Amino acid sequence: MDYVAHDASDFARPAEVEEMELYHPKTFIGKYIWSQDAKVIAVQYAITAIGIGLVALVLSWLMRLQLAFPNSFSFIDPSNYLQFVTMHGMIMVIYLLTALFLGGFGNYLIPLMVGARDMVFPYVNMVSYWVYLTAVLLLVASFFVPGGPTGAGWTLYPPQAILQGTPGATWGIILMLVSLAFFIIGFTMGGLNYVVTVLQARTRGMTMMRLPLTVWGIFTATVLALLAFPALFVSAIMMMLDVTLGTSFFMPAIVSMGQQLDYTGGSPVLFQHLFWFFGHPEVYIVALPAFGIVSDLISVHARKNIFGYRMMVWAIVAIGGLSFIVWAHHMYVSGMNPYFGFFFATTTLIIAVPTALKVYNWVLTLWRGNIHLTVPMLFAIGFIFTFINGGLTGLFLGNVTVDVPLSDTMFVVAHFHMVMAIAPILVVFGAIYHWYPKITGRMLNDTLGKFHFWVTFVGSYAIYYPMHYLGFAGVPRRYYAIGGTNFIPESAQALNASITIAALIVGVVQVVFLYNLVWSYFKGKPSGSNPWSATTLEWQTADTPPKHGNFGETLPVVYRWAYDYSVPGAKEDFIPQNVPPRDVVLSSNKT
Amino acid sequence: MQGIVADWSSDQRAFKNVPWGKAMMWIFLLSDTFIFSSFLISYMTVRMSATEPWPNPSEVFALTLFGEKIPLILIAIMTFILISSSGTMAMAVKFGYEKNRKMTFILLLITAAFGATFVGMQAFEWTKLIVEEGVRPWGNPMGAAQFGSSFFMITGFHGTHVSIGVIFLIIVAIKVLRGDLDHERPGFLTGRKGKYEIVEIMGLYWHFVDLVWVFIFAVFYLW
Ligand code: HEM
Ligand SMILES: [Cu+2]
Repeated sequence: MDYVAHDASDFARPAEVEEMELYHPKTFIGKYIWSQDAKVIAVQYAITAIGIGLVALVLSWLMRLQLAFPNSFSFIDPSNYLQFVTMHGMIMVIYLLTALFLGGFGNYLIPLMVGARDMVFPYVNMVSYWVYLTAVLLLVASFFVPGGPTGAGWTLYPPQAILQGTPGATWGIILMLVSLAFFIIGFTMGGLNYVVTVLQARTRGMTMMRLPLTVWGIFTATVLALLAFPALFVSAIMMMLDVTLGTSFFMPAIVSMGQQLDYTGGSPVLFQHLFWFFGHPEVYIVALPAFGIVSDLISVHARKNIFGYRMMVWAIVAIGGLSFIVWAHHMYVSGMNPYFGFFFATTTLIIAVPTALKVYNWVLTLWRGNIHLTVPMLFAIGFIFTFINGGLTGLFLGNVTVDVPLSDTMFVVAHFHMVMAIAPILVVFGAIYHWYPKITGRMLNDTLGKFHFWVTFVGSYAIYYPMHYLGFAGVPRRYYAIGGTNFIPESAQALNASITIAALIVGVVQVVFLYNLVWSYFKGKPSGSNPWSATTLEWQTADTPPKHGNFGETLPVVYRWAYDYSVPGAKEDFIPQNVPPRDVVLSSNKT
Repeated sequence: MQGIVADWSSDQRAFKNVPWGKAMMWIFLLSDTFIFSSFLISYMTVRMSATEPWPNPSEVFALTLFGEKIPLILIAIMTFILISSSGTMAMAVKFGYEKNRKMTFILLLITAAFGATFVGMQAFEWTKLIVEEGVRPWGNPMGAAQFGSSFFMITGFHGTHVSIGVIFLIIVAIKVLRGDLDHERPGFLTGRKGKYEIVEIMGLYWHFVDLVWVFIFAVFYLW
């Protein structure tokens, strides 16, 4: 029997894209500091993002400690608590996940996976990182200014974000807004590069419909970000003017601390619309890359082609498009026109359709696969669990009548941590375990990895599962302490304590992961160029780690889609994308 | 239509014969469109929800010439200048691809001069509003405070775009004059070879800034 493959042909069109002019640095600084190589920029992004992410992790411990053992920590007062909440949320969503998925994985994987030597404009790409770093430093600086960082919540709602009673109303809020503006400018420089590289700089034979889903996910997320961040940028400018010049874009006439302020006639709801026009797509900016990466991890480690590739691509694109018309489901209780609620609840439920479709396809890919329970695979499966979990509670919150009593409770906190905190973070881990061998040439330690997975996964459930109950019981979010509130049963306190213990354990286990990263860099088992027997181009490079220019002398030519695993009739259980059908080794026992 | 589908599903490039720089500028402008749309929609919202009456633009923006108050005259001239500059820009692109160095240079400079005049007149308008009419970002004697806030914010943001455009027009003009584009001399920062494409990319940006002005003009001065 001849081998059967999904989408393969011996024909490749002649090259249309010119060889890229690469900048060749001679000094150490040019190679590793002011580097224009997307792979180095990726690592710079990743290290910075993880570094600032650790700050957010520590902040979450402080919050948890306060919630579990109120009155025991003299250094956490109510203002601090609000500041911790705000900085934790903002850092995790924007400075960690967005930067890591797009700046980190995007930079590393896009050129390698589409078969390009680098991003199309490496210089702009380099500047992107340095602007991002500036944004991070500005954010860190806000911890040290008088009054500390802003405590307005990561949503920064006016009027309270600006009023003097809110912590950080003098300097913190200004630094936050400036830092966000820098982040957006830096991201735009990188984002334009990612999009144009995917669209215009693919190698011969690489059609859009042969791209690995990882690239589709990152690409669509980048487009989303380029269209969503403008709304945040504009609202940051307007709020900045409200703070510094005393304009009243978002500020109504208001009495604060017994004093009539000079503001008059502005619209706080306008800010919420702008913020969530950015904020909802932002959820998908971190989710879509995770979707893409998970699809690839599952396919590689189950040795099976992804189920319904085309459907998966269209689902990603559809989710991306729909994500722009659901934003006001965050505003059911904001005082906007109640008729909007009907429209936005409907679109919200519609977006669940392509999302559910993706979940089915992942499960069907696993179905009867030759599942290798490697560490990346464990994380990918963990993602499916937490994502389904968070998705289901999302259906609850998407309906106005259910949302109204639940909004601003711990139920919401549990929901979004499941769906956009834990789920994408699990993918980040899985992806690091998967691609670390390509980046360093060494495998991460397996035993430590499995330990890391199980504690993180089970621990996350121990943290967030009970939190749903706290929400039902009415425990509000962003509260320093619930004190002797009558309607909240006393057992809530015991639950809070157990959640905190789980959170601390999960937190400490991340040290094992960091240790693994460092230890394996020096002592890990050498990986060879393709340890997972994967088909995509990044595993077919001449050197591991790939050198500047990625592919050595000649660029690869692509003859097939990215998912030729266990193709009947072929000898190996995978056929790399750059192997033409005529060169496929057939299995000897022809039947 | 079929052509589009064929291009998108073919390999290597989704847009055939579109250089990288041009594709990047288009996508940037798309993103920038969202910025300006957010600004303008916010402006419309605050204008509609303002609690005090909105000042009448044709009175505020009138200019007294020869003893007579003419509404919107300054703005009409500014708009005319900016639109003309789009014309000279388009000609510069044409001469650029013909490798006519001298004409390209001259036309780019004229475009830059028009742009600078526009910014100059805007500065004049701002001064007049601030000094004579007492309009401030946080309030004004004529009515809703948001009038001054949105006006300064949006025209300021647009004016910044024009100013940046003028600077780059001058840089490109100098490159043309020196023959950097004919000799494919590497750029100072990026080290990439110079090509006449950059004149066209510059043009895309310039036309965009122009187009945005038409919208600002419509919703600010005519509404
Ligand atoms: C195990 C790790 C984590 C723990 C223990 C944790 C814990 C917490 C706690 C205690 C709060 C405040 C609840 C309140 O009083 O309202 C919170 C809020 C939040 N967290 Fe996490 N978190 C973790 C990871 C993450 C990650 C990875 C993300 C990334 C998306 C994230 C995003 C947020 C956001 C957006 C908020 C809301 C902030 C606000 O209300 O302004 N968290 N988290
Ligand atoms: Cu949402």
